[in-house]
Amino acid sequence: MNVKFINPFLEGTVKVLKTMAFVEPRPGKPFLKKDSLARGDVSGIIGLTGSAKGSLALSFSEPCIVKIVSTMLGEDMNGINGDVKDAVGELTNMVSGVARKMLEAEGYNILAAIPTVVSGKNHSIVHVLGGPSIIIPFETDSGPFFVDVCLNEVK
Amino acid sequence: MDKNMKILVVDDFATMRKVVRNLLKQVGYENISEAEDGAIALRILKSQKVDFVISDWNMPNMNGLELLKAVRADGDLAKTPFLMVTAEALQENVIAAVKAGVSNYIVKPFTAEVLNEKIKKIVEKL
Repeated sequence: MNVKFINPFLEGTVKVLKTMAFVEPRPGKPFLKKDSLARGDVSGIIGLTGSAKGSLALSFSEPCIVKIVSTMLGEDMNGINGDVKDAVGELTNMVSGVARKMLEAEGYNILAAIPTVVSGKNHSIVHVLGGPSIIIPFETDSGPFFVDVCLNEVK
Repeated sequence: MDKNMKILVVDDFATMRKVVRNLLKQVGYENISEAEDGAIALRILKSQKVDFVISDWNMPNMNGLELLKAVRADGDLAKTPFLMVTAEALQENVIAAVKAGVSNYIVKPFTAEVLNEKIKKIVEKL
């Protein structure tokens, strides 16, 4: 995966969470992930096609996403329920939208599919290209979450 | 600005409908109804008086662009203000929405202030 694809997803994630949930996530050092194990308790995954192909996943720890969705909706969430899963899909969609807009400025026309959401301890994230993927870890006051991207330029 | 105008929020994600509803309430709009896709929204628009539509783009059954085209093609509904709220910020999407007669366009994520500003601009032009 080209490293220039990392920054739009990092910036997109920060922008979406700051705007929608008033959370300032702190990015850590990106690393390569070779297995399909999700690093969080609930993940949104979205397929990407066009001048680059692959997928993006956002994987949240339970306390982190419960806090984010509680703030977004102005209601206290008790664990990973339907509203939380729904919000994970929407957040994944938004991060993909912001990142794709930034990549459009660099000449990449990338389209997104409808996001899917998977939850449970030790669930898998199956990337369209099979992996490996780049993980950008984030920390928030309520716990960690992970941006998991596997995207290759289409020649 | 008529803060009592009836606003229809169309989005297939229930959480996003709640988010938009909460943002609208923050800026003083309370008369809000919801639809989970374009087809349901069109049925509501044909059966009830709605003053303003805020619609997502990507939805099953009938998407936001199809809903917009159906509204603009209907003599009774054609002048209904229509704000598209979407994660689709690509230039071709914006052009397609403008060609179909969208009143304005907001790219997610957005704040209550941005939403209020867009509504104000649309209503002022009426």
